[in-house]
Amino acid sequence: MILAEGLTKQFGAFTAITDVSFQVGRGEIVGFLGPNGAGKSTTMRILAGVFPPSSGRAVVAGYDVVSEAPRARSVVGYFPERVALYVDMTVRDYLAYVADMKGVPRTEAGRQLPDLMSSCGVAHMQHRIIGTLSKGYRQRVGIAQALVGSPRVLILDEPTSGLDPEQVAEMRALIRGLHGDRTVILSTHILSEVEATCDRVIIINKGRVLAVDTPGNLNQRLRQTSQIYVEVIGLEPDVRACLQAIPGVLRIEPALRHAHPAHDGVLALNISTEKERDLRTSIAAAVAAAGWGLREMRPLTLSLEDIFLTMVSDSEPAPAALPRPPA
Amino acid sequence: MKALVICRRELRSYFGSFIAYVLLAVFLLLSGYFFYSDLVFFVLFGGYILPTGLWQYVFLDMRLCALLVLPLVTMRLFAEEKKLGTIELLWTYPVSDAAIVMGKFLAAWIFFLIMLLPTVINPVIFYQFYHFDIGPLLAAYAGMFMLGTAFIACGLFVSSLTENQVVSAMVTYGILVFFWFVTWNEEVADQQIVRALLRLSLFDHFFNFSRGVIDTRDLIFFALFVGLFLFLTLQSLGSRAWRGVR
Repeated sequence: MILAEGLTKQFGAFTAITDVSFQVGRGEIVGFLGPNGAGKSTTMRILAGVFPPSSGRAVVAGYDVVSEAPRARSVVGYFPERVALYVDMTVRDYLAYVADMKGVPRTEAGRQLPDLMSSCGVAHMQHRIIGTLSKGYRQRVGIAQALVGSPRVLILDEPTSGLDPEQVAEMRALIRGLHGDRTVILSTHILSEVEATCDRVIIINKGRVLAVDTPGNLNQRLRQTSQIYVEVIGLEPDVRACLQAIPGVLRIEPALRHAHPAHDGVLALNISTEKERDLRTSIAAAVAAAGWGLREMRPLTLSLEDIFLTMVSDSEPAPAALPRPPA
Repeated sequence: MKALVICRRELRSYFGSFIAYVLLAVFLLLSGYFFYSDLVFFVLFGGYILPTGLWQYVFLDMRLCALLVLPLVTMRLFAEEKKLGTIELLWTYPVSDAAIVMGKFLAAWIFFLIMLLPTVINPVIFYQFYHFDIGPLLAAYAGMFMLGTAFIACGLFVSSLTENQVVSAMVTYGILVFFWFVTWNEEVADQQIVRALLRLSLFDHFFNFSRGVIDTRDLIFFALFVGLFLFLTLQSLGSRAWRGVR
């Protein structure tokens, strides 16, 4: 549904993105993840038709965004990073104007807009002047604006930035609700957002794509070993010796316990095992055979945050140490 | 057709704020006052020839009012959208830059017509007392119309360069006043240069109209002037391809 091939964008001497390539299939929700200034907005603006790439090609729903700009734009709904609306119009008038601009026939728009406003939660605000709305409502009007004309592709640039936690949750629910046969690409620098809403992740830093994969696969790819967290009631040296004897166990390290920091005879351990070898049954059997109590056992996964930090720091040289101020 | 959608939104925006009414009121009060003083002058000293005795002065004065007001009408056209950031969304809708420029130009132009229309009351009232030949008056209005269109094209272009409305208005004043006084070095400059400059002066081309003379050379000049600035506006909008969007 979306195809980016070797997109490069230069502004004068500054190169915003370099050789960005990816594909997004029909009906997918893809997260575009990267720190501020990574090139997310530039890529999305090219896809939305704001400006053409310096080189490379972008195709949306089969239409080239440069040579078939009007058609490509008519299948895309865009939500800009800076939600900018005409502050002197009412919500309804504004959305009717957007429908006209997108070439939605008046009768069609008359049918569509009420549903659209209620699904975006702005129906009760439709006669309010946009300038008097709160940030959260403006953001919703921005989403409604993108949805006018039922575009097949949605490009959302940081749809949850600047919202309070409750509004963020609502916005995510709204975006997931849009899912269906729509293709959504959304950018964010908040990792939990991608984990919560997206099927696949594109990680970008310094204008280059570092990885394109599902959150699960990225997790797999980056882990050298598997880790299991266990809580055992028993004497530490005995437990360690017993567990170390299980084939496949590489390392045992004490783990931090968040639930009961005070020492109560419970031993918390992180067990590193060979990759893709599930030793949970062996561990449980060994603990039970020795007569210790097994309080908890679960596999540890890296959060997307860990993955992201690993990738971003691998992709650039470590910063030189800062000069110390004179004593 | 998208140009009309943009035009309608711009007009709503104009008349939704009190600024439009302030601009209209100032323009009408000033041009009404000038008409009155010019008429008094004509009755006392003017003689019998209406085009050179009255209309010329009325329209040269009205030109000043338009010079004062039109840059304030055009200053927001692009500057406001750039400041708000709404222009970015405009670029993602299936609409060409040319349609955007036309829509905004048309809106300012309609505003100008709305501004100009009530001034017709002055000669209409005058006509009740004195049946004059309306040909020269129509020519003068045609000239006013061309001049205003030129101001709007220039203001539209300047507005596309900045996101600051004051800068937009001020630079428009600068350009228009320069085009007015471009011939003032007549005494010291080379004769060839003066002749060339005379061709460029916006107001010298208006002068014939104000006396009731329509010259095709003046018409061509205004058409070129407007065309040039609309072309420059398109180039300015297209510059986002290499300058980016803030």
